[in-house]
Amino acid sequence: MPILEGQGVTKYFGGLAAVSNVDLHVDQGEIVGMIGPNGAGKTTLFNLISAAFPVSSGEIRFKGQKLTGLKPHQICKLGVARTFQETKVFTNIPVLQNVLVGAFFGSPNRVSWADAARETSQALEFVGLSAMSAVPAKDLTLVNQKLVEVARALATKPDLLLLDELMAGLNPTEVSEAMELVTKIRDTGITILMVEHVMKAIMGICERIMVLHHGEKICEGTPQEITCNKQVIEIYLGE
Amino acid sequence: MDISKFTSKKFLAKAGGLLAILVFLATFPIYSSNSDVDIGLIILMYIILTVSWVMFSGPTGYMSLATAAFFGIGAYTCAFLYQKSGPLLPLPAAIIAGGLVTFIFALVVGLVTLRLKGMYFAIFTFGLIMLLNQFMVYYELNILGARGQRVFPITNQTAFYIVLVILVLTLLAAYLIRRSRLGLAMQSIGENEAAAAHMGVNTNVVKIFAFAISAFFMGLTGAAMAPRWEYVDPSVAFNMLYSFMPVLMAVFGGMRELYGPVIGAAIFAYSERALRLRFPYHYMLAFGITLILIIIFLPGGLTGLVPTLKDKLSGLIARLRKGGQSERHANT
Repeated sequence: MPILEGQGVTKYFGGLAAVSNVDLHVDQGEIVGMIGPNGAGKTTLFNLISAAFPVSSGEIRFKGQKLTGLKPHQICKLGVARTFQETKVFTNIPVLQNVLVGAFFGSPNRVSWADAARETSQALEFVGLSAMSAVPAKDLTLVNQKLVEVARALATKPDLLLLDELMAGLNPTEVSEAMELVTKIRDTGITILMVEHVMKAIMGICERIMVLHHGEKICEGTPQEITCNKQVIEIYLGE
Repeated sequence: MDISKFTSKKFLAKAGGLLAILVFLATFPIYSSNSDVDIGLIILMYIILTVSWVMFSGPTGYMSLATAAFFGIGAYTCAFLYQKSGPLLPLPAAIIAGGLVTFIFALVVGLVTLRLKGMYFAIFTFGLIMLLNQFMVYYELNILGARGQRVFPITNQTAFYIVLVILVLTLLAAYLIRRSRLGLAMQSIGENEAAAAHMGVNTNVVKIFAFAISAFFMGLTGAAMAPRWEYVDPSVAFNMLYSFMPVLMAVFGGMRELYGPVIGAAIFAYSERALRLRFPYHYMLAFGITLILIIIFLPGGLTGLVPTLKDKLSGLIARLRKGGQSERHANT
């Protein structure tokens, strides 16, 4: 059974269809990639799933429950966590408190201080930032800020994690490390849907890839199928 | 072992310092002249307004100018319940009622306005003062038939002690909120509201609730001041200065630490009084220039200097030590 399903998901900005009639499904335990040229609607689709803004039409379901009409904080509590394309860490507060926010508020139940603290230190250790917990987030490098976002999302104890261009701006070593991290997250039982431009990463770890172009889903398949798809090659390389 | 001893010593020193200040304030009306008590009362009042303003606007970054509105509602509530012609409630009950009415009013206002962001929120809260002011003018003239309310009077000394109790409660609440999950949620909203929402923070509930708590203390203060003034009318109760001064005092003192607004308000309120008596025509000029200088050179306010000075001092000590060592090295 799919953990996330979307049917006919559509979003208009004015007259422009940013996302148009997209069907999607993500199965429990998968790593699914989403690619497409700039402006294809990938981030918009993430924003629709996490309810940053409402869909114009269509329906999104998470574990069979309709997400349409819910607020972002409710969706987070249901078990969908996300990171942001342009990092949105809480810049002036220490890394520890950044992650603590997720631990406290991401759960549907009231979390005690002891549990939140344990949750937070586990998440920080998982992404390898334990040593920096006292540093204000703004003093970290880009890659570490992105890791703070991942730790913050993990602290909300998600079942589905949306990663929006986690690898963008990272050097090759950092990309390999991030790929390992994503696989490691999946191995803890968290399903992953990721938007990515770094092909090495997306081809290396995704089991299935969706391609968006002008807001529409033009194809879907294994990395092998995608690289051989004529339409995809046309979009990326021209005819 | 050593560390715990050290921290407990530090803690004792802090607690002792606070206790000393409290004893000083509690005995202040006994040996001071009536006019000094009056100045002290105004200073305490401004400290409460500033601390409660920072309680909400500091971490969330939502610039509220509604302080005068909440102060005025508290003052009027108390004025109606503690009338000169015959108090309807005992004084403590009338003051608490002032706080509660303000709390409820702020919940309703917050529900409507906290969807507004940035400048729009500031403008709305500012408009609120004028709206309430004009409403009370209309209400008194057309419904009650007379401008202003006479309030059963209390002495400066009584007012001082009441306001002191409110101050202690406000500081306690501010201290606890800073360390609570509500405080963390407010900070995350101030840092990035969208990210906070996606991390599960119910941003609207947090903002409205925190806004109302801060309004509660403003309302209490207004209610405590009304009987001291013996007379309340719209221009006294909804005086815009009560909205602007706390903002200036908070910026002046610095908002990072809890004591920043306290120090800012104390110095500002005292020097305002002192300067106005000596230089009635120029004191505002001095204020303006001081504020501009503070904003340009001390964006963290007066207390923002503390970490910088600490850094410099420890740097200096390290350099001295290093210098001493290399000197010794050269001698050997």
